[in-house]
Amino acid sequence: MSEVVDRRFDRPQFLARDRFDDLFVALEARGYHVVGPTVRQGAIVYDRIASTADLPRGWTERQEAGTYRLERRNDDHYFGYTVGPHSWKQFLFPATATVSVATRSASGWSVEANDGRDEPAFAFLGMRACELAAVAVQDRVFLQKDYADPVYAARRERALFIAVNCTQSAPTCFCTSMRTGPHCTAGFDLALTELDAGFIVEVGGDRGADLAASLDLRPATEAELQSAEIERRRAAEGQVRSLPGAEVRDLLMNNLQHPRWNEVAERCLSCANCTMVCPTCFCSSVQEVTDLDAANVERRRSWDSCFNFDFSYMNGGVVRNSIRSRYRQWLTHKLATWHDQFESSGCVGCGRCITWCPVGIDLTAEIAAMQGGPA
Amino acid sequence: MSTTRSATAVNPWTAHSVEIVDVVPEIVGVATYHLRLTDPEARVSYSCDPGRFNMLYLPGVGEAAISVSGRNSLTDAWLHTVRTAGSVTQTLAGLGKGGGLALRGPFGTAWPMEQALGRDLVFAAGGIGLAPLRPAIEWALANRSSFGRLTLVYGARSPQTILYAAAFDSWRNRGLHVEVTVDRSDPGWLGRVGVVTLLVDRLRPFEPARTTMFCCGPDVMMRYVARSALARGLSPTDLWVSLERNMQCAVGFCGHCQLGPAFICKDGPVFRYDHMAPFLATEDL
Repeated sequence: MSEVVDRRFDRPQFLARDRFDDLFVALEARGYHVVGPTVRQGAIVYDRIASTADLPRGWTERQEAGTYRLERRNDDHYFGYTVGPHSWKQFLFPATATVSVATRSASGWSVEANDGRDEPAFAFLGMRACELAAVAVQDRVFLQKDYADPVYAARRERALFIAVNCTQSAPTCFCTSMRTGPHCTAGFDLALTELDAGFIVEVGGDRGADLAASLDLRPATEAELQSAEIERRRAAEGQVRSLPGAEVRDLLMNNLQHPRWNEVAERCLSCANCTMVCPTCFCSSVQEVTDLDAANVERRRSWDSCFNFDFSYMNGGVVRNSIRSRYRQWLTHKLATWHDQFESSGCVGCGRCITWCPVGIDLTAEIAAMQGGPA
Repeated sequence: MSTTRSATAVNPWTAHSVEIVDVVPEIVGVATYHLRLTDPEARVSYSCDPGRFNMLYLPGVGEAAISVSGRNSLTDAWLHTVRTAGSVTQTLAGLGKGGGLALRGPFGTAWPMEQALGRDLVFAAGGIGLAPLRPAIEWALANRSSFGRLTLVYGARSPQTILYAAAFDSWRNRGLHVEVTVDRSDPGWLGRVGVVTLLVDRLRPFEPARTTMFCCGPDVMMRYVARSALARGLSPTDLWVSLERNMQCAVGFCGHCQLGPAFICKDGPVFRYDHMAPFLATEDL
């Protein structure tokens, strides 16, 4: 029996703005928990959304080192911003998760590991190219040959990715220098580019094709494709920050005693904000959570940070006892030893750590300073 | 966009129920727990090479990473020599024979026993660092004819803190040369006084080209043992060390145990010295 190949979606399609809500209906019908951008407490965050009414229509943001402010756009675009304090990490690698449950019996303890069977299926709406890259980075961390994290693996396998191409960059963005964006080229089920009248829709796989089949699509016109290309190019050309390529690994590892570490340690508060907003940071700790008669015990994993004082605690002491050593651990891990561990950088160039640092420490400036160039 | 997890990937949070079938007091504050898996099927499939470790889990208290320090084939138990220090090891000490806990593992790298075949093998241990070396010593003695000279150089704080002292005569009889030194002597001590590096400096005979060294002790002890051994001509590629850091997951997911590019839990705990030397030499890394 020959397989029928659906070529309908090989070409980019167009979805009119007034039919965008159909996407939500289609996702709900397939049982997905839809997560997307929405405005909360003065920021665009990712949360459960039910329709286009929840999207940040007409909003954008102004970002700089240590600064984030929402501002009105002069149009009604849904995705006219870049990235906020949230990343999709919190849905694939939740900030707290139960990894096992122990039950006391007459003969001791029996432990049941979470096998991931009850983890939800998410549809992520509005993933940017740097965020697709960040998921690929965490795939290498949590889905290894010998071991796979069951919570991450289950959520990751079930998740549907609807990407959105950036049409602008924040001053904190540097994805072009990390070669992770701004154009979404792979790793999505659907990719959208927002135009005034609607969306260019690209399909990237069977799940995307199934979804596309239930939308009111028509082939995009040449003019629409050209407009989309211009929009995407604007994002790439608007970037003002950058990091050097793979040579940054040796720069850092050859400068573990550089005086700049002391200098940055005087500004760094060791607050861990950068690691919380980072879409690839994966450090965690495990706590015991016990019921009142101590017969049922959950092991609960929570995000941790190499900036927390007791993170390196061992044998009555702390290995990284200074802010200098903790900042050095974070930056050398992110940009240098990550290459040794996972054959990629740990940085995707999203700029969140720059924006959300309360004192505005900018890793691109720190690297420039260490290179001897102007900060 | 979906991704596929490796068909061979294991859930790292899976834990075996174990029973304490014996507790052997060693030195003050240190005991060896003989742990047997309660599930007979798991007992058959479980195996742990010398140098690897388990996460011992006391539900409600937490986990501790403990190297396997031997095996009792009569009781089918795996031995864990533990110093009572934090809440997990204190709770373990309170359980006693017949007590139940759980275990994840084995994890990490093993001593390269096969690579050392046919060579002189020196075990250099400091304090409780002898525990992860004991299964390697037993393995070498069980295959005595496959090795050249076998030597243990061991440093303890005082004569009262010499671990496994009762086993030394048996080890000597089976062909292990044992040299012991203590930092602080006491009136009954007739042996050597001084740091363990002195034993490395004075090893006779010592043929660096045909010698492999396995070393385990505090970071600072291993640095100085390495310095002495390399000064005597040992190649840094023939020196292996077992390192320790905070570990919570044991498979490279939690991030705590990093030292430079290495996750001590999965790239170690046993490392070839030259791979880690620059990072061991950097303060606070």
